Amino acid sequence: MFKQKNYIALGTVALAAVLILSLPSSAASRLKLALGSLFLPLFGLAGATQQLPSDLADSVLPRRELLREIDNLRRENTQLQAEKLQANALAMENDQLRSLVGWEKQQPWKMRLAHVVTRDPANWWRTIEIDLGSRDGMTANLPVMTTDGLVGRIASVGYTRSEVVLVGDPKCKVSAMVDDPGHDIGVLSASGPLDSSLADLTYLPGTAALKSGQQVITSGIGGVFPKGIPLGQIVDSRQVDFGLYTEARVKLSANLGSLEVVCVLTP
Amino acid sequence: MKALNSILVLVAAFIAVFGEAVITAPRHWLGAQIDLLPALMIYAALSTNIVVVSLLAVFGGLWFDSLSANPLGLTIFPLFIVGFPVFLQRDLILRELPFAQVVLGGIASAVVPLLAVLLLLTAGQKPLLGWGSLWQWIVMTAGGAVATPVFFTLFQWCDDALGYKPRTESSFRPDREILRDRRRF
Repeated sequence: MFKQKNYIALGTVALAAVLILSLPSSAASRLKLALGSLFLPLFGLAGATQQLPSDLADSVLPRRELLREIDNLRRENTQLQAEKLQANALAMENDQLRSLVGWEKQQPWKMRLAHVVTRDPANWWRTIEIDLGSRDGMTANLPVMTTDGLVGRIASVGYTRSEVVLVGDPKCKVSAMVDDPGHDIGVLSASGPLDSSLADLTYLPGTAALKSGQQVITSGIGGVFPKGIPLGQIVDSRQVDFGLYTEARVKLSANLGSLEVVCVLTP
Repeated sequence: MKALNSILVLVAAFIAVFGEAVITAPRHWLGAQIDLLPALMIYAALSTNIVVVSLLAVFGGLWFDSLSANPLGLTIFPLFIVGFPVFLQRDLILRELPFAQVVLGGIASAVVPLLAVLLLLTAGQKPLLGWGSLWQWIVMTAGGAVATPVFFTLFQWCDDALGYKPRTESSFRPDREILRDRRRF
């Protein structure tokens, strides 16, 4: 039963596993990216396959429908341009006031659109991979969001892809502020493995009077996430540690279960 | 055909890992992603040789970890720990029976994630665990159990389609057949 060949196989696999696990982190991440790049042809194939139905649908779309769509987009564009002018005026006023008070000038964040390439195949992590990497100027810890709210932060960067740790993963903790009169600040952390739309808001003061439906936004503390990005809404709250802290469940604004396109905030 | 079968097993592992990373339907409908590598390992352990079992553990584990937040190489051990004993005892297992395949696939799919999480915790990592993990574990076990006989059937089809059939020697010769019917004479 236990032939010499089997012993050799057992030893070889054990040795390979130990060697790979004991690689320095930089070499391991490089090897990980190299192995991950083997899947690139399949990503291309999958992308083309997904694109095919929409291309077919586009080719048979009636001209009238397209003209109506263009008209709607023109109107929306005009409205957005007006709002942009207003925002620019407000930003200028804000800069002038900040310089009068002697505060540092705020640098506006730029946005880069990215497509979600894969999701973590393991059930015990909440990460995704996006199609922007170091060649696109990505660095670790850049915030990632959608128009609905915060999604997570970049954890590691490859040449063409980056790994994003989602809100609700144990590796992504966010300093959050409740939009109540007290502006209570807590830490948004992982809740459970099943429901990706919920996260726990912990370390809130024991005196925090939270109500269901209150908005939760990033506090800006910690330096990773800028202040004011929507996180979600309070679902319920409870006192913990004999009233020393308050914990709340937060319904996340961004739908982390069906992410396709995300924005990376670059300074 | 043996070499082709070995290559097919590795190709299937590659596609399975890619599918797990891209297809999100099981996550939406069942709350968990089904891991197909343990089921494939059972097929490899029962139908191929120790080299294929080792290669599947190493490359399957590396491919899985390369698309996951797991430390690279973590999944090699659980896959091999499941495949190796099955390979050693395969002469005692009724591998042709779908029931045996389902049971072994279920056990393998239950053991692999448990060992992976155990290794993660030993390495000081903090994976996302809770009561919901129990449901995910059940889904993974059931999914792996169902996938194992499917892999057996799939590889059998490939074998039938691509492999040469062994030529069977028959003792029957039509020219020496003794005909007992008198009406023919």
